[in-house]
Amino acid sequence: MLSLVIAPTTTWYLVLASVLFTIGAMGVLVRRNPLVMFMCIELMLNAVNLTFVSLGRAMADINGQAIVFFVMVVAAAEVVVGLGIIVSIMRRRSGINVDDLAELKG
Amino acid sequence: MELFVFTCASIMVLVGALGVIFRKHPVHAALSLVLTLFGVAVLFVAQSAEFLAAVQVIVYAGAIVILFLFVIMLLGVDKAEDLRVEPLASQRWIAALVGIGMVGLLSAAVVSSADVLRARGDGIASPVAGDNPDANIQQLANSIFSDYVFAFEITSVLLVVAVVGTVMLARRRTGKGLA
Repeated sequence: MLSLVIAPTTTWYLVLASVLFTIGAMGVLVRRNPLVMFMCIELMLNAVNLTFVSLGRAMADINGQAIVFFVMVVAAAEVVVGLGIIVSIMRRRSGINVDDLAELKG
Repeated sequence: MELFVFTCASIMVLVGALGVIFRKHPVHAALSLVLTLFGVAVLFVAQSAEFLAAVQVIVYAGAIVILFLFVIMLLGVDKAEDLRVEPLASQRWIAALVGIGMVGLLSAAVVSSADVLRARGDGIASPVAGDNPDANIQQLANSIFSDYVFAFEITSVLLVVAVVGTVMLARRRTGKGLA
């Protein structure tokens, strides 16, 4: 007989993380607002963090969580630099469409 | 009990993630991102990664989303986007196909490797944390400040470089002084 209490296994967490990663990747492919694209990159980073934590628990290894810590720090730095670049681009152009930014020259 | 937590947190995560890519207004997308980040924090707690859950709420929901909202407000791009126009022909259909394929492949790989995980003791109640409520933080601190102490120091250099670089990028050019 099936046990009455079904505990979610690591596989469930990994499938959830893969769905989250895919949604983030779709957002980067489809959206044209650079800020929203940045948010989708954050979604992908969170999916990877979730994978690290789940596998770290499954293998009883703390190093998974240590790596997530570093991923978070690097993500914060990346957002700061990216938003700085977006601000300095938007200051000279008014559009909010990345298709208009196909050329690097000002 | 863990099933209930997992279900609620998954719904939060997925609804927030879909909100990020489907809401027209960038502010609404940022608020959906907050929902997703809180859901991920709940999942971290459910897997007894309490310190990371706290860091997730403080750094992501507290700092990064606030930064996004600041930039949205400062740039004045808080206009709703018209999502009906499709800038590249049939781009969305191809993107949807790629998405279905990606989630199918990833899920197939994960599910097919479930046996390996089960052989390594899958689903056991977190031996990482143990009985001591502070065990998670102690183990993480031991790991970061002994094994990864060099990476930790490099990380602080990275943060300084990012802050200085952003200040240089975003400051207005005055006529005299450094460029």
